[in-house]
Amino acid sequence: MAATSVDTEAHGQGGTSVIAAHDLDLTFNTNDGPVHALSGIDLEIDRGEFVSFIGPSGCGKTTLLRVIADLEKPTAGSISINGMSPEAARKARAYGYVFQAPALYPWRTIGKNIALPLEVMGFDRAERQRRIRDNLALVDLAGFENKFPWQLSGGMQQRASIARALSFDPDMLLMDEPFGALDEIVRDHLNEQLLRLWAKTQKTVVFVTHSIPEAVFLSTRIVVMSPRPGRIHDIITCDLGPDRPLEIRETPAFLEIAHRVREGLRAGHSYD
Amino acid sequence: MATTALTPVARRSAGQGRIVPVATMVLVIMVIWYGFTVYLNARWQFQVFDRAGEDWTLWQFVAGTFSQDRPVLPAPHQVIVELWNSTVMQDVTSRRSLFYHAWITLSATLLGFVMGTVLGIALAVLIIHNRAVDRSLMPWLIASQTIPILAIAPMVVVVLASIGLTGLVPKSLISTYLSFFPVVVGMVKGFRSPDALQMDLMRTYNASRGEVFAKLRWPSAIPYLFTSMKVGVAASLVGAIVGELPTGAAGGLGSRLLAGSYYGQTTQIWAALFMAAALSATLIFAIGAVEKRVLKRTGVQP
Repeated sequence: MAATSVDTEAHGQGGTSVIAAHDLDLTFNTNDGPVHALSGIDLEIDRGEFVSFIGPSGCGKTTLLRVIADLEKPTAGSISINGMSPEAARKARAYGYVFQAPALYPWRTIGKNIALPLEVMGFDRAERQRRIRDNLALVDLAGFENKFPWQLSGGMQQRASIARALSFDPDMLLMDEPFGALDEIVRDHLNEQLLRLWAKTQKTVVFVTHSIPEAVFLSTRIVVMSPRPGRIHDIITCDLGPDRPLEIRETPAFLEIAHRVREGLRAGHSYD
Repeated sequence: MATTALTPVARRSAGQGRIVPVATMVLVIMVIWYGFTVYLNARWQFQVFDRAGEDWTLWQFVAGTFSQDRPVLPAPHQVIVELWNSTVMQDVTSRRSLFYHAWITLSATLLGFVMGTVLGIALAVLIIHNRAVDRSLMPWLIASQTIPILAIAPMVVVVLASIGLTGLVPKSLISTYLSFFPVVVGMVKGFRSPDALQMDLMRTYNASRGEVFAKLRWPSAIPYLFTSMKVGVAASLVGAIVGELPTGAAGGLGSRLLAGSYYGQTTQIWAALFMAAALSATLIFAIGAVEKRVLKRTGVQP
Protein backbone atom coordinates (compact mmCIF):
# COMPACT_ATOMS: atom_id res chain seq x y z
CA MET A 1 0.00 0.00 0.00
CA ALA A 2 2.88 2.34 0.67
CA ALA A 3 4.14 2.06 -2.91
CA THR A 4 3.91 5.34 -4.75
CA SER A 5 2.31 5.52 -8.14
CA VAL A 6 3.07 1.95 -9.08
CA ASP A 7 0.64 -0.05 -11.14
CA THR A 8 0.86 -3.15 -9.00
CA GLU A 9 -2.86 -2.99 -8.35
CA ALA A 10 -5.19 -4.69 -10.75
CA HIS A 11 -7.32 -1.54 -11.09
CA GLY A 12 -8.16 -0.65 -14.61
CA GLN A 13 -6.33 -3.50 -16.23
CA GLY A 14 -8.56 -5.26 -18.69
CA GLY A 15 -11.59 -3.49 -17.21
CA THR A 16 -13.16 -0.24 -18.23
CA SER A 17 -11.48 1.90 -15.55
CA VAL A 18 -9.17 4.45 -17.05
CA ILE A 19 -8.31 6.04 -13.73
CA ALA A 20 -7.97 3.98 -10.57
CA ALA A 21 -6.71 5.60 -7.39
CA HIS A 22 -6.40 3.72 -4.14
CA ASP A 23 -5.67 5.18 -0.72
CA LEU A 24 -3.88 8.13 -2.26
CA ASP A 25 -2.05 10.55 0.03
CA LEU A 26 -0.16 13.71 -0.79
CA THR A 27 1.63 15.99 1.65
CA PHE A 28 3.36 19.16 0.51
CA ASN A 29 6.39 20.28 2.49
CA THR A 30 6.10 24.03 2.64
CA ASN A 31 8.05 26.61 4.61
CA ASP A 32 5.14 26.74 7.05
CA GLY A 33 5.36 23.02 7.67
CA PRO A 34 3.69 20.07 5.93
CA VAL A 35 0.32 20.59 4.23
CA HIS A 36 -1.87 17.52 3.94
CA ALA A 37 -3.37 18.13 0.49
CA LEU A 38 -4.88 14.71 -0.22
CA SER A 39 -5.86 11.95 2.18
CA GLY A 40 -7.17 8.47 1.54
CA ILE A 41 -8.46 9.09 -1.99
CA ASP A 42 -10.24 6.05 -3.47
CA LEU A 43 -11.63 6.66 -6.94
CA GLU A 44 -12.30 4.79 -10.14
CA ILE A 45 -13.29 6.51 -13.34
CA ASP A 46 -14.55 4.54 -16.33
CA ARG A 47 -13.96 5.12 -19.99
CA GLY A 48 -16.27 7.76 -21.47
CA GLU A 49 -17.37 9.19 -18.12
CA PHE A 50 -17.62 12.88 -17.36
CA VAL A 51 -16.53 13.24 -13.75
CA SER A 52 -16.43 16.54 -11.88
CA PHE A 53 -14.45 17.28 -8.74
CA ILE A 54 -16.21 19.90 -6.68
CA GLY A 55 -15.31 21.44 -3.37
CA PRO A 56 -14.23 24.64 -1.63
CA SER A 57 -10.77 26.03 -2.32
CA GLY A 58 -8.08 24.06 -0.54
CA CYS A 59 -9.94 20.75 -0.81
CA GLY A 60 -7.31 19.31 -3.13
CA LYS A 61 -9.44 19.00 -6.26
CA THR A 62 -6.83 20.63 -8.46
CA THR A 63 -4.09 18.67 -6.72
CA LEU A 64 -5.92 15.40 -7.43
CA LEU A 65 -6.20 16.37 -11.10
CA ARG A 66 -2.51 17.22 -11.16
CA VAL A 67 -1.68 13.83 -9.63
CA ILE A 68 -3.66 12.15 -12.41
CA ALA A 69 -1.69 14.25 -14.90
CA ASP A 70 1.65 13.41 -13.23
CA LEU A 71 2.23 17.08 -12.46
CA GLU A 72 2.40 16.12 -8.76
CA LYS A 73 3.65 12.89 -7.19
CA PRO A 74 1.55 11.24 -4.46
CA THR A 75 3.37 10.55 -1.19
CA ALA A 76 1.50 7.29 -0.60
CA GLY A 77 -1.09 5.03 -2.16
CA SER A 78 -1.40 3.86 -5.72
CA ILE A 79 -2.83 5.32 -8.87
CA SER A 80 -2.97 3.92 -12.36
CA ILE A 81 -4.03 5.54 -15.62
CA ASN A 82 -4.98 3.14 -18.41
CA GLY A 83 -3.25 0.47 -16.32
CA MET A 84 0.00 2.45 -16.31
CA SER A 85 1.69 4.73 -13.80
CA PRO A 86 0.73 8.39 -14.28
CA GLU A 87 4.24 9.09 -15.53
CA ALA A 88 4.03 6.37 -18.18
CA ALA A 89 0.56 7.63 -19.11
CA ARG A 90 1.87 11.18 -19.45
CA LYS A 91 4.73 9.99 -21.60
CA ALA A 92 2.24 8.01 -23.68
CA ARG A 93 0.33 11.29 -24.08
CA ALA A 94 -2.82 9.82 -22.64
CA TYR A 95 -4.46 13.13 -21.78
CA GLY A 96 -4.94 16.71 -22.85
CA TYR A 97 -4.86 19.24 -20.02
CA VAL A 98 -6.86 22.47 -19.94
CA PHE A 99 -5.71 24.94 -17.32
CA GLN A 100 -7.58 27.66 -15.44
CA ALA A 101 -6.03 30.22 -17.78
CA PRO A 102 -5.83 29.59 -21.53
CA ALA A 103 -1.98 29.63 -21.30
CA LEU A 104 -1.73 30.29 -25.03
CA TYR A 105 1.75 31.32 -26.09
CA PRO A 106 1.36 34.99 -27.03
CA TRP A 107 4.00 34.90 -29.79
CA ARG A 108 2.15 32.14 -31.63
CA THR A 109 -1.01 32.52 -33.67
CA ILE A 110 -4.05 30.49 -32.63
CA GLY A 111 -3.24 27.95 -35.33
CA LYS A 112 0.39 27.72 -34.23
CA ASN A 113 -0.70 27.35 -30.60
CA ILE A 114 -2.81 24.36 -31.54
CA ALA A 115 0.14 23.01 -33.51
CA LEU A 116 2.41 23.26 -30.44
CA PRO A 117 1.70 19.77 -29.02
CA LEU A 118 1.69 18.40 -32.56
CA GLU A 119 5.16 19.83 -33.19
CA VAL A 120 6.45 18.38 -29.92
CA MET A 121 4.94 15.01 -30.74
CA GLY A 122 6.36 14.97 -34.25
CA PHE A 123 3.30 15.18 -36.48
CA ASP A 124 4.19 16.15 -40.04
CA ARG A 125 3.21 19.47 -41.55
CA ALA A 126 0.22 18.31 -43.58
CA GLU A 127 -1.21 16.42 -40.61
CA ARG A 128 -0.69 19.47 -38.37
CA GLN A 129 -2.59 21.65 -40.83
CA ARG A 130 -5.43 19.16 -41.01
CA ARG A 131 -5.71 18.90 -37.23
CA ILE A 132 -5.56 22.66 -36.72
CA ARG A 133 -8.45 23.05 -39.13
CA ASP A 134 -10.51 20.19 -37.67
CA ASN A 135 -10.05 21.17 -34.04
CA LEU A 136 -10.71 24.85 -34.63
CA ALA A 137 -13.96 23.86 -36.33
CA LEU A 138 -14.74 21.59 -33.37
CA VAL A 139 -14.63 24.54 -30.95
CA ASP A 140 -16.30 26.97 -33.39
CA LEU A 141 -13.18 28.98 -34.08
CA ALA A 142 -12.83 28.30 -37.80
CA GLY A 143 -11.21 31.29 -39.49
CA PHE A 144 -9.28 32.44 -36.41
CA GLU A 145 -6.20 30.41 -37.27
CA ASN A 146 -4.00 33.41 -38.05
CA LYS A 147 -5.13 35.64 -35.20
CA PHE A 148 -2.91 36.20 -32.20
CA PRO A 149 -4.30 35.29 -28.76
CA TRP A 150 -4.71 38.90 -27.61
CA GLN A 151 -7.05 39.50 -30.54
CA LEU A 152 -9.54 36.98 -29.09
CA SER A 153 -11.92 37.29 -26.15
CA GLY A 154 -11.31 35.29 -22.97
CA GLY A 155 -13.95 32.71 -23.90
CA MET A 156 -12.51 32.27 -27.37
CA GLN A 157 -9.01 31.90 -25.92
CA GLN A 158 -10.22 29.17 -23.58
CA ARG A 159 -11.91 27.39 -26.51
CA ALA A 160 -8.64 27.60 -28.42
CA SER A 161 -6.89 26.00 -25.45
CA ILE A 162 -9.47 23.18 -25.51
CA ALA A 163 -8.80 22.71 -29.23
CA ARG A 164 -5.08 22.56 -28.38
CA ALA A 165 -5.71 19.87 -25.73
CA LEU A 166 -7.78 17.84 -28.23
CA SER A 167 -5.46 18.29 -31.20
CA PHE A 168 -3.39 15.18 -30.54
CA ASP A 169 -6.52 13.11 -29.87
CA PRO A 170 -5.82 11.96 -26.31
CA ASP A 171 -8.16 9.47 -24.59
CA MET A 172 -8.75 11.81 -21.69
CA LEU A 173 -9.42 15.47 -21.20
CA LEU A 174 -8.37 16.88 -17.82
CA MET A 175 -9.89 20.29 -17.17
CA ASP A 176 -8.97 22.47 -14.21
CA GLU A 177 -11.70 25.11 -13.71
CA PRO A 178 -11.45 26.01 -17.39
CA PHE A 179 -14.34 28.46 -17.30
CA GLY A 180 -13.73 29.86 -13.82
CA ALA A 181 -12.51 33.22 -15.07
CA LEU A 182 -15.35 33.78 -17.55
CA ASP A 183 -18.65 35.53 -17.05
CA GLU A 184 -21.81 33.50 -16.54
CA ILE A 185 -23.27 33.95 -20.03
CA VAL A 186 -20.08 32.88 -21.79
CA ARG A 187 -19.77 30.07 -19.31
CA ASP A 188 -23.27 28.71 -20.04
CA HIS A 189 -22.51 28.80 -23.72
CA LEU A 190 -19.18 26.99 -23.30
CA ASN A 191 -20.79 24.39 -21.02
CA GLU A 192 -23.27 23.56 -23.75
CA GLN A 193 -20.48 23.38 -26.30
CA LEU A 194 -18.42 21.18 -24.03
CA LEU A 195 -21.29 18.71 -23.61
CA ARG A 196 -21.69 18.49 -27.37
CA LEU A 197 -17.96 18.05 -27.77
CA TRP A 198 -17.95 15.28 -25.20
CA ALA A 199 -20.84 13.49 -26.94
CA LYS A 200 -19.05 13.81 -30.27
CA THR A 201 -15.58 12.72 -29.14
CA GLN A 202 -16.56 10.09 -26.53
CA LYS A 203 -13.58 11.08 -24.40
CA THR A 204 -13.22 10.58 -20.68
CA VAL A 205 -13.42 14.02 -19.07
CA VAL A 206 -12.26 14.90 -15.57
CA PHE A 207 -13.42 18.38 -14.70
CA VAL A 208 -12.58 20.53 -11.69
CA THR A 209 -15.04 23.22 -10.71
CA HIS A 210 -16.40 25.12 -7.75
CA SER A 211 -19.75 25.76 -9.38
CA ILE A 212 -22.57 23.42 -8.40
CA PRO A 213 -24.80 24.08 -11.47
CA GLU A 214 -21.83 23.60 -13.77
CA ALA A 215 -20.92 20.28 -12.16
CA VAL A 216 -24.51 18.96 -12.24
CA PHE A 217 -25.11 20.18 -15.77
CA LEU A 218 -22.00 18.53 -17.22
CA SER A 219 -21.25 15.41 -15.23
CA THR A 220 -22.17 11.76 -15.16
CA ARG A 221 -20.69 11.61 -11.66
CA ILE A 222 -19.78 14.32 -9.17
CA VAL A 223 -17.01 13.84 -6.63
CA VAL A 224 -17.67 16.09 -3.65
CA MET A 225 -14.46 16.91 -1.79
CA SER A 226 -13.80 18.54 1.55
CA PRO A 227 -10.73 20.37 2.83
CA ARG A 228 -8.04 19.96 5.50
CA PRO A 229 -7.03 17.33 4.66
CA GLY A 230 -8.39 17.08 1.11
CA ARG A 231 -10.59 13.98 0.89
CA ILE A 232 -13.57 12.61 -0.96
CA HIS A 233 -16.75 13.31 0.98
CA ASP A 234 -19.28 11.82 -1.40
CA ILE A 235 -19.64 10.59 -4.96
CA ILE A 236 -22.97 11.48 -6.54
CA THR A 237 -24.27 9.88 -9.71
CA CYS A 238 -25.79 12.41 -12.01
CA ASP A 239 -28.06 10.48 -14.39
CA LEU A 240 -29.69 13.26 -16.34
CA GLY A 241 -29.13 11.47 -19.63
CA PRO A 242 -27.02 12.53 -22.57
CA ASP A 243 -29.34 15.22 -23.92
CA ARG A 244 -29.09 18.27 -21.67
CA PRO A 245 -30.41 21.62 -22.83
CA LEU A 246 -29.63 24.60 -20.57
CA GLU A 247 -33.27 24.58 -19.42
CA ILE A 248 -32.67 21.27 -17.67
CA ARG A 249 -31.30 23.34 -14.82
CA GLU A 250 -34.85 24.25 -13.78
CA THR A 251 -36.12 20.65 -13.69
CA PRO A 252 -36.77 18.92 -10.35
CA ALA A 253 -34.30 16.12 -11.16
CA PHE A 254 -31.52 18.66 -11.69
CA LEU A 255 -32.36 20.63 -8.56
CA GLU A 256 -32.52 17.42 -6.56
CA ILE A 257 -28.97 16.51 -7.52
CA ALA A 258 -27.78 20.07 -6.99
CA HIS A 259 -29.31 19.96 -3.54
CA ARG A 260 -27.45 16.76 -2.71
CA VAL A 261 -24.18 18.27 -3.87
CA ARG A 262 -24.81 21.37 -1.77
CA GLU A 263 -25.62 19.26 1.27
CA GLY A 264 -22.43 17.27 0.72
CA LEU A 265 -20.36 20.43 0.45
CA ARG A 266 -21.93 21.87 3.58
CA ALA A 267 -21.41 18.67 5.60
CA GLY A 268 -17.80 18.35 4.50
CA HIS A 269 -16.96 21.95 5.17
CA SER A 270 -15.83 22.81 8.66
CA TYR A 271 -16.45 26.46 9.44
CA ASP A 272 -13.77 26.94 12.03
CA MET B 1 -15.87 55.17 -36.06
CA ALA B 2 -14.74 57.25 -33.16
CA THR B 3 -11.38 55.53 -32.93
CA THR B 4 -10.60 55.75 -36.65
CA ALA B 5 -11.42 59.43 -36.54
CA LEU B 6 -9.30 59.97 -33.45
CA THR B 7 -6.18 58.04 -34.35
CA PRO B 8 -4.66 60.36 -37.01
CA VAL B 9 -5.26 63.38 -34.81
CA ALA B 10 -3.65 61.69 -31.83
CA ARG B 11 -0.69 60.64 -33.96
CA ARG B 12 -0.14 64.12 -35.37
CA SER B 13 -0.24 65.75 -31.97
CA ALA B 14 2.18 63.11 -30.65
CA GLY B 15 4.61 64.05 -33.43
CA GLN B 16 4.28 67.73 -32.66
CA GLY B 17 4.43 67.03 -28.96
CA ARG B 18 7.86 65.51 -29.38
CA ILE B 19 9.52 68.30 -31.33
CA VAL B 20 8.72 71.11 -28.91
CA PRO B 21 10.20 69.58 -25.73
CA VAL B 22 13.27 68.25 -27.55
CA ALA B 23 13.91 71.64 -29.16
CA THR B 24 13.42 73.36 -25.83
CA MET B 25 15.91 71.03 -24.16
CA VAL B 26 18.48 71.59 -26.93
CA LEU B 27 18.02 75.35 -26.58
CA VAL B 28 18.44 75.23 -22.79
CA ILE B 29 21.58 73.10 -23.11
CA MET B 30 23.01 75.52 -25.70
CA VAL B 31 22.41 78.54 -23.47
CA ILE B 32 24.05 76.83 -20.50
CA TRP B 33 26.92 75.62 -22.67
CA TYR B 34 27.63 79.07 -24.12
CA GLY B 35 27.43 80.50 -20.61
CA PHE B 36 30.07 78.08 -19.37
CA THR B 37 32.17 78.70 -22.47
CA VAL B 38 32.41 82.38 -21.53
CA TYR B 39 33.07 81.59 -17.86
CA LEU B 40 35.67 78.84 -18.33
CA ASN B 41 37.59 80.53 -21.14
CA ALA B 42 37.56 83.94 -19.45
CA ARG B 43 40.92 83.67 -17.70
CA TRP B 44 42.84 82.95 -20.90
CA GLN B 45 40.94 85.71 -22.67
CA PHE B 46 41.98 88.21 -19.98
CA GLN B 47 45.61 87.19 -20.48
CA VAL B 48 45.28 87.61 -24.24
CA PHE B 49 43.90 91.11 -23.82
CA ASP B 50 46.50 91.99 -21.16
CA ARG B 51 49.33 90.94 -23.43
CA ALA B 52 47.90 92.97 -26.30
CA GLY B 53 47.54 95.91 -23.94
CA GLU B 54 44.59 97.34 -25.85
CA ASP B 55 41.15 98.31 -24.67
CA TRP B 56 38.41 95.81 -25.23
CA THR B 57 34.66 95.82 -25.13
CA LEU B 58 32.40 93.23 -23.57
CA TRP B 59 31.36 92.05 -27.00
CA GLN B 60 34.99 91.55 -28.05
CA PHE B 61 35.57 89.62 -24.85
CA VAL B 62 32.63 87.26 -25.38
CA ALA B 63 33.52 86.79 -29.03
CA GLY B 64 37.07 85.99 -27.94
CA THR B 65 35.99 83.25 -25.54
CA PHE B 66 33.99 81.69 -28.39
CA SER B 67 36.91 81.49 -30.80
CA GLN B 68 40.02 80.40 -28.90
CA ASP B 69 42.32 77.84 -30.50
CA ARG B 70 42.67 75.71 -27.39
CA PRO B 71 39.73 76.63 -25.21
CA VAL B 72 39.08 74.99 -21.86
CA LEU B 73 35.57 74.43 -23.16
CA PRO B 74 34.98 74.89 -26.88
CA ALA B 75 31.74 76.62 -27.89
CA PRO B 76 29.11 74.40 -29.57
CA HIS B 77 29.65 76.03 -32.96
CA GLN B 78 33.39 75.32 -32.72
CA VAL B 79 32.62 71.64 -32.12
CA ILE B 80 30.20 71.62 -35.03
CA VAL B 81 32.77 73.25 -37.32
CA GLU B 82 35.40 70.74 -36.17
CA LEU B 83 32.94 67.88 -36.79
CA TRP B 84 32.19 69.26 -40.26
CA ASN B 85 35.87 69.70 -41.11
CA SER B 86 36.84 66.26 -39.89
CA THR B 87 34.00 64.39 -41.57
CA VAL B 88 32.52 65.97 -44.67
CA MET B 89 35.69 67.85 -45.64
CA GLN B 90 37.93 64.80 -45.36
CA ASP B 91 38.40 61.72 -47.48
CA VAL B 92 36.94 58.81 -45.46
CA THR B 93 40.19 56.85 -45.75
CA SER B 94 42.23 59.76 -44.39
CA ARG B 95 43.59 59.59 -40.87
CA ARG B 96 42.17 63.07 -40.39
CA SER B 97 38.65 61.81 -40.98
CA LEU B 98 36.50 61.11 -37.96
CA PHE B 99 34.59 58.61 -40.08
CA TYR B 100 37.82 56.67 -40.53
CA HIS B 101 38.35 56.56 -36.77
CA ALA B 102 34.68 55.87 -36.09
CA TRP B 103 34.86 52.88 -38.43
CA ILE B 104 37.86 51.45 -36.58
CA THR B 105 36.02 51.80 -33.28
CA LEU B 106 32.78 50.51 -34.77
CA SER B 107 34.39 47.34 -36.12
CA ALA B 108 35.88 46.55 -32.71
CA THR B 109 32.57 47.42 -31.04
CA LEU B 110 30.53 45.17 -33.33
CA LEU B 111 32.91 42.23 -33.09
CA GLY B 112 33.04 42.58 -29.29
CA PHE B 113 29.28 43.03 -29.10
CA VAL B 114 28.55 39.91 -31.14
CA MET B 115 30.99 37.88 -29.04
CA GLY B 116 29.58 39.38 -25.83
CA THR B 117 25.99 38.64 -26.82
CA VAL B 118 26.80 35.06 -27.82
CA LEU B 119 28.82 34.53 -24.63
CA GLY B 120 26.06 36.11 -22.54
CA ILE B 121 23.35 33.90 -24.05
CA ALA B 122 25.54 30.80 -23.66
CA LEU B 123 26.22 31.57 -20.00
CA ALA B 124 22.52 32.26 -19.38
CA VAL B 125 21.62 28.89 -20.94
CA LEU B 126 24.13 27.17 -18.64
CA ILE B 127 22.88 29.04 -15.60
CA ILE B 128 19.19 28.19 -16.07
CA HIS B 129 19.85 24.54 -16.81
CA ASN B 130 22.36 23.80 -14.10
CA ARG B 131 21.90 24.66 -10.45
CA ALA B 132 25.57 24.26 -9.63
CA VAL B 133 26.56 26.67 -12.38
CA ASP B 134 23.87 29.08 -11.21
CA ARG B 135 25.22 29.06 -7.67
CA SER B 136 28.93 29.14 -8.54
CA LEU B 137 29.10 31.33 -11.63
CA MET B 138 26.82 34.24 -10.83
CA PRO B 139 28.92 35.74 -7.98
CA TRP B 140 32.00 35.66 -10.24
CA LEU B 141 30.13 37.36 -13.05
CA ILE B 142 29.02 40.12 -10.72
CA ALA B 143 32.53 40.44 -9.30
CA SER B 144 33.93 40.68 -12.83
CA GLN B 145 31.89 43.82 -13.40
CA THR B 146 33.17 45.57 -10.28
CA ILE B 147 36.73 45.68 -11.68
CA PRO B 148 37.32 49.12 -13.18
CA ILE B 149 37.68 48.62 -16.91
CA LEU B 150 40.30 51.38 -17.12
CA ALA B 151 42.53 49.33 -14.84
CA ILE B 152 42.20 46.06 -16.68
CA ALA B 153 42.15 47.30 -20.28
CA PRO B 154 45.88 48.16 -20.59
CA MET B 155 46.78 44.79 -19.08
CA VAL B 156 44.60 42.94 -21.53
CA VAL B 157 46.19 44.87 -24.39
CA VAL B 158 49.74 44.26 -23.12
CA VAL B 159 49.19 40.56 -22.38
CA LEU B 160 47.55 39.90 -25.74
CA ALA B 161 50.22 41.89 -27.59
CA SER B 162 52.88 39.67 -25.99
CA ILE B 163 51.25 36.61 -27.56
CA GLY B 164 51.01 38.36 -30.90
CA LEU B 165 47.40 39.59 -30.76
CA THR B 166 47.14 43.25 -31.62
CA GLY B 167 44.70 45.58 -33.32
CA LEU B 168 41.07 44.56 -33.45
CA VAL B 169 41.04 41.51 -31.17
CA PRO B 170 42.20 43.01 -27.85
CA LYS B 171 39.77 45.92 -28.19
CA SER B 172 36.94 43.55 -29.07
CA LEU B 173 37.73 41.41 -26.05
CA ILE B 174 37.38 44.43 -23.78
CA SER B 175 34.05 45.17 -25.50
CA THR B 176 33.02 41.57 -24.95
CA TYR B 177 33.99 41.82 -21.30
CA LEU B 178 31.69 44.81 -20.82
CA SER B 179 28.79 43.70 -23.01
CA PHE B 180 28.27 40.07 -21.99
CA PHE B 181 27.11 40.97 -18.50
CA PRO B 182 23.83 42.78 -19.28
CA VAL B 183 23.04 39.97 -21.72
CA VAL B 184 23.60 37.26 -19.08
CA VAL B 185 21.46 39.04 -16.52
CA GLY B 186 18.70 39.87 -19.01
CA MET B 187 18.62 36.44 -20.60
CA VAL B 188 18.61 34.54 -17.31
CA LYS B 189 15.56 36.58 -16.40
CA GLY B 190 14.09 36.07 -19.86
CA PHE B 191 14.65 32.31 -19.93
CA ARG B 192 12.99 32.11 -16.51
CA SER B 193 10.07 34.32 -17.48
CA PRO B 194 7.65 31.56 -18.64
CA ASP B 195 5.03 31.09 -15.92
CA ALA B 196 4.17 27.83 -14.18
CA LEU B 197 1.21 27.11 -16.48
CA GLN B 198 3.29 27.51 -19.62
CA MET B 199 5.92 25.17 -18.18
CA ASP B 200 3.32 22.61 -16.99
CA LEU B 201 1.81 22.63 -20.46
CA MET B 202 5.11 21.52 -21.98
CA ARG B 203 5.38 18.85 -19.30
CA THR B 204 1.97 17.44 -20.21
CA TYR B 205 3.29 17.04 -23.77
CA ASN B 206 6.32 15.23 -22.39
CA ALA B 207 8.51 17.81 -24.13
CA SER B 208 12.28 17.45 -23.79
CA ARG B 209 14.48 20.17 -22.28
CA GLY B 210 15.55 21.14 -25.77
CA GLU B 211 11.96 21.52 -26.93
CA VAL B 212 11.04 23.52 -23.83
CA PHE B 213 13.98 25.77 -24.60
CA ALA B 214 13.28 26.18 -28.31
CA LYS B 215 9.51 26.52 -28.12
CA LEU B 216 9.02 28.28 -24.80
CA ARG B 217 12.07 29.74 -23.08
CA TRP B 218 13.72 31.25 -26.15
CA PRO B 219 10.62 33.02 -27.54
CA SER B 220 9.78 34.26 -24.02
CA ALA B 221 13.26 35.73 -23.68
CA ILE B 222 13.28 37.67 -26.96
CA PRO B 223 12.00 40.97 -25.50
CA TYR B 224 14.61 40.67 -22.73
CA LEU B 225 17.30 39.98 -25.34
CA PHE B 226 16.69 43.26 -27.13
CA THR B 227 16.69 45.28 -23.92
CA SER B 228 19.96 43.62 -22.88
CA MET B 229 21.46 44.18 -26.32
CA LYS B 230 20.73 47.91 -26.16
CA VAL B 231 22.59 48.17 -22.87
CA GLY B 232 25.28 45.81 -24.15
CA VAL B 233 26.03 47.68 -27.36
CA ALA B 234 26.55 50.97 -25.50
CA ALA B 235 28.88 49.19 -23.06
CA SER B 236 30.63 47.62 -26.03
CA LEU B 237 31.39 51.01 -27.54
CA VAL B 238 32.80 52.23 -24.22
CA GLY B 239 34.92 49.08 -24.10
CA ALA B 240 36.29 49.62 -27.59
CA ILE B 241 37.16 53.26 -26.86
CA VAL B 242 38.83 52.35 -23.57
CA GLY B 243 40.68 49.59 -25.40
CA GLU B 244 42.00 52.16 -27.86
CA LEU B 245 43.47 54.43 -25.20
CA PRO B 246 46.55 52.28 -24.46
CA THR B 247 47.13 51.41 -28.12
CA GLY B 248 47.50 55.09 -28.92
CA ALA B 249 48.55 55.50 -32.49
CA ALA B 250 46.55 52.64 -33.98
CA GLY B 251 43.55 54.85 -34.68
CA GLY B 252 39.97 54.88 -33.52
CA LEU B 253 37.92 57.35 -31.53
CA GLY B 254 39.81 56.41 -28.37
CA SER B 255 43.18 57.26 -29.85
CA ARG B 256 41.64 60.47 -31.19
CA LEU B 257 40.58 61.38 -27.65
CA LEU B 258 44.02 60.55 -26.34
CA ALA B 259 45.80 62.55 -29.05
CA GLY B 260 43.47 65.47 -28.42
CA SER B 261 44.32 65.53 -24.74
CA TYR B 262 48.09 65.19 -25.44
CA TYR B 263 48.10 68.24 -27.64
CA GLY B 264 45.45 70.23 -25.80
CA GLN B 265 43.08 69.98 -28.77
CA THR B 266 39.92 70.22 -26.72
CA THR B 267 37.76 70.86 -29.76
CA GLN B 268 39.04 67.62 -31.29
CA ILE B 269 38.19 65.75 -28.07
CA TRP B 270 34.67 67.10 -28.05
CA ALA B 271 34.19 66.29 -31.70
CA ALA B 272 35.32 62.72 -31.05
CA LEU B 273 32.99 62.51 -28.04
CA PHE B 274 30.05 63.64 -30.15
CA MET B 275 30.98 61.14 -32.81
CA ALA B 276 31.04 58.38 -30.18
CA ALA B 277 27.64 59.50 -28.86
CA ALA B 278 26.20 59.56 -32.38
CA LEU B 279 27.63 56.09 -33.04
CA SER B 280 26.12 54.74 -29.83
CA ALA B 281 22.74 56.32 -30.57
CA THR B 282 22.79 54.87 -34.10
CA LEU B 283 23.59 51.38 -32.81
CA ILE B 284 20.84 51.50 -30.18
CA PHE B 285 18.41 52.86 -32.77
CA ALA B 286 19.34 50.03 -35.16
CA ILE B 287 18.70 47.41 -32.47
CA GLY B 288 15.42 49.13 -31.66
CA ALA B 289 14.40 48.94 -35.32
CA VAL B 290 15.18 45.22 -35.49
CA GLU B 291 13.33 44.73 -32.20
CA LYS B 292 10.24 46.44 -33.56
CA ARG B 293 10.21 44.21 -36.64
CA VAL B 294 10.79 41.00 -34.70
CA LEU B 295 8.19 41.79 -32.04
CA LYS B 296 5.67 42.71 -34.70
CA ARG B 297 6.23 39.40 -36.43
CA THR B 298 5.80 37.53 -33.15
CA GLY B 299 2.45 39.19 -32.57
CA VAL B 300 3.27 41.28 -29.54
CA GLN B 301 0.31 43.46 -28.71
CA PRO B 302 0.92 46.99 -30.03
